[in-house]
Amino acid sequence: MKARRFLPLLPMITLLAMIGPVLAGLYGAVLPAFGHLPAAGLFGPSLAPFEALFAWQGLPRAMFLSVWIGLASTTISLLIVALIMAGWSGTRSFTVLERMLSPLLSVPHAAAAFGFAFLISPSGWISRALSPSVTGWDRPPDLLIVQDPWGLSMIAGLVIKEVPFLMLIALAAIGQVDTKRSAMIVQALGYRRLTGWLKTVFPLVYAQIKFPIYVVLVYAMSVVDVAVILGPNTPSTLSVQIVKLMSDPDLGMRLQAAAGALVQLFLVIGALGFWLIMERVVRRFGLAWIGTGQRGKYDTITRQIGLVLALFCAFSVSFGIASLAIWSFAGYWGFPDFLPDQFILKNWMRHSDGTLEALGETVLIGSVATLTALALTIGCLEAEYRYKLRVTSRGMLLLYLPLLVPQTAFLPGLQTLMLNVGLGVGRGPVIFAHLVFVLPYVFLSLADPFRAWDARMGTIAAALRASPDRVLWSVRLPMLLRPILTAAAVGLAVSVGQYLPTLLIGGGRIETLTTEAVALASGGDRRAIGVYGLMQTAAALVPFSLALLIPAIVWRNRRGLRHG
Amino acid sequence: MKYLTILAALISPMAALADPPPADWDAVLAEAKGETVYWNAWGGSTTTNDFLAWVGERVSEDYGVTLEHVKLTDTADAVTRVLSEKQAGQNDDSAIDMIWINGANFAAMKDADLLFGPYAEQLPNWALVDVEGKTVQTDFTVPVEGYESPWAMAQVVFVQDTADMPERLGSMQALQEWAQANPGRFSYPQPPDFLGTTFLKQVLVDILPDPSVLEAPATDENYDEVTAPLWAYLDALTPNLWREGKAYPATGTAMFPLIADDEVDLSISFSPGAASTAIANFELPETVRTFVLDKGTIGNASFVAIPYNSGSKAGAMVVANFLMSPEAQARAQDPAILGYGTVLNMDALSAEERAVFDGLDLGVATLTPAELGTVQAEPHPSWAVRIADDWVSRYGVAQ
Repeated sequence: MKARRFLPLLPMITLLAMIGPVLAGLYGAVLPAFGHLPAAGLFGPSLAPFEALFAWQGLPRAMFLSVWIGLASTTISLLIVALIMAGWSGTRSFTVLERMLSPLLSVPHAAAAFGFAFLISPSGWISRALSPSVTGWDRPPDLLIVQDPWGLSMIAGLVIKEVPFLMLIALAAIGQVDTKRSAMIVQALGYRRLTGWLKTVFPLVYAQIKFPIYVVLVYAMSVVDVAVILGPNTPSTLSVQIVKLMSDPDLGMRLQAAAGALVQLFLVIGALGFWLIMERVVRRFGLAWIGTGQRGKYDTITRQIGLVLALFCAFSVSFGIASLAIWSFAGYWGFPDFLPDQFILKNWMRHSDGTLEALGETVLIGSVATLTALALTIGCLEAEYRYKLRVTSRGMLLLYLPLLVPQTAFLPGLQTLMLNVGLGVGRGPVIFAHLVFVLPYVFLSLADPFRAWDARMGTIAAALRASPDRVLWSVRLPMLLRPILTAAAVGLAVSVGQYLPTLLIGGGRIETLTTEAVALASGGDRRAIGVYGLMQTAAALVPFSLALLIPAIVWRNRRGLRHG
Repeated sequence: MKYLTILAALISPMAALADPPPADWDAVLAEAKGETVYWNAWGGSTTTNDFLAWVGERVSEDYGVTLEHVKLTDTADAVTRVLSEKQAGQNDDSAIDMIWINGANFAAMKDADLLFGPYAEQLPNWALVDVEGKTVQTDFTVPVEGYESPWAMAQVVFVQDTADMPERLGSMQALQEWAQANPGRFSYPQPPDFLGTTFLKQVLVDILPDPSVLEAPATDENYDEVTAPLWAYLDALTPNLWREGKAYPATGTAMFPLIADDEVDLSISFSPGAASTAIANFELPETVRTFVLDKGTIGNASFVAIPYNSGSKAGAMVVANFLMSPEAQARAQDPAILGYGTVLNMDALSAEERAVFDGLDLGVATLTPAELGTVQAEPHPSWAVRIADDWVSRYGVAQ
């Protein structure tokens, strides 16, 4: 009876936990954008902040960069994932690739970007490996590779991280689609593997993973840490500019930052709109292509390209992390030496206390936020299922609000709100703030597999006199073990990677591996970054390994459930 | 009348609770015991972080004050934080009890009444501070008036890799000529980064026949004329910079890896001892040395300030006072630890205290106080702000 009264309320509570802070924070951003910041002695409304922002000559380029980098990196990531799954799923190579890519998902963006920058820069690891023997360089060439004006290295840095992410999401979703029989039928009809998969399975998988794709797009458009490390800086992307304005000692600049945040918001909405239109365009062309009945003339070469690209992602991240590991033990390491002069433990000894404390904080915050998010999400989805609550597409849009609004836009406003209601700063509010970002990711990861569950299983169980609760606990959740664990791992990774919420809402008093690593990143000390980057990677790696391992162990004698 | 007495009785303990009087040092010490001080300080340098941790151990031993280093990427974050707190009416227990601060951040906070004070000149160790020889009573020409206390001196030095560049340079003009002969081998942090902006100020101070015009605030009338030589200089320099000026290092410390990677041969630093420390930590090759220009280089002091709404003002003052102690100053000056310049007047110290300073091995790449030469004053902050803005529109949006 209790559950009956409580369960229907869960969707409202969940929405409130996600939307409330964002709306309050946005309110706190809109006011300064129109010139109202009483604490700095400024009273609006006025359009001056926007005028000041538009007067910055770098604005068109910064806006262009945000949109271009977001769309390009998302499109390329999706293409690689589609090619690799179409061309290789079910093969032995695919299993190997899956094992290589999945752990890379856990590598925090900042750590991956740092490793990647060291690989590709003119004085980087690749250049060192070839110098001076092959290249003849005894000094690195003066080439603009990292931070190039077109953001190509930033796009590459995002792609190598988003491919593993989309791949894992697609793998979690694929259990809900009957791929094996589709593949058999199209192959029986004479289609080559890749073409047949693209024509039959891809549309089904895409429908399940499109929300994570939007998330990737929004993330790529507004990311700050990767943009600082790999992105252009004359000018930088709009998000980086907003953060720069936020931290200007002239308090009046916060008005301009708020205006920039609103511009960023509209860019994100515009890019999402463009993506939705492109979905229709691709659909139309795709239908025409399916209609031609082509069996796949270029399959062989396309498959190879897909494999090469996926391997490039896997190797870039792995070698990047390997370089972080070497830096963390490095003595003096000059160009063009392939390895340091000597290996030392001093770097680790110096940072051992700090990293362990930060690790404890990271794990505590991440687990509480993730468990809360999982409980709320499963409660919501079950309520929706039992009481036939229909989630409209508008409802889904609300779910996206925390991910659509650039963090820099609403976090300072949120900080003020929390102080006003007496929550103060500290661990509790930080967990609450993390929940705002963890919840949507957990929900998005879990919702589609949960809804796609075959309800006839529930009907059968009910016919055997199982109560709705028993159906949930004994049938549905065990069958969904893999997507649930995946969602938990995603939630933890999201929490581990949070920088701005931890810094702003924690009042700087909460030190996680990420806040420490990013603080160090500004100083460019690669040895310290190596130590913290590795610890940060480990903090997110373990949950993902468990998400893969546990279902394999639990369902070792239930073959049909291993991918479910 | 009766009510007034009650009212007075009610008010007086509150007034006593409000702020510890800096002049009554015993009361400050008593109140500080058991307090936790959250010191917001830039956390990008491992050596600085280690030094702050040591300060924490010492004040805990001697005064029972717990010190927590809150690591910032940018000091302005702390300014923003105190501002948000004021906005929210959080007037008595800030998340921040002390900030490592100077220049424009200090000017902004002092201007907005966000600081506690005056307290600095009432601290016992103030008597040891070199008020005459060091710029500790003005901060980028802004009068300090006791709202922050100094703890380190910084001065611009140029960092060169003598393996590639044997000779020092005597002036900015010499740097220009060297860059022409060696394109792509020099860079500076991207303004508005403070070290990058300092480089611009250093250029201006060095090439102006009479830099005293920079002591007064910039005006619309004189700004263009005074800065014209700077832009001419940079227009000539930029094509010869690392990456032809299409990319810049983000911060000052990000310059050291570039030298270690042999991407550049010359860089600047605001800490005369940082290069020696970096060599000791394997971050720079042993061939690195430092130099200053013939006419001297810009210098300034690092301070700590206490927000008006700190809940641990007594504890913060104890830490601020400890930072000015001979023990802490000598440790900060040791290049194996930190390599920061001291704010103390050597003549005010006892013989033993002075011996500790004299006994320091400053390191291979550190200049002696005599070699550091003349310290040039920081221009008024209004120059830095306008120059940095102008730089951004001229070179920061080149694409």
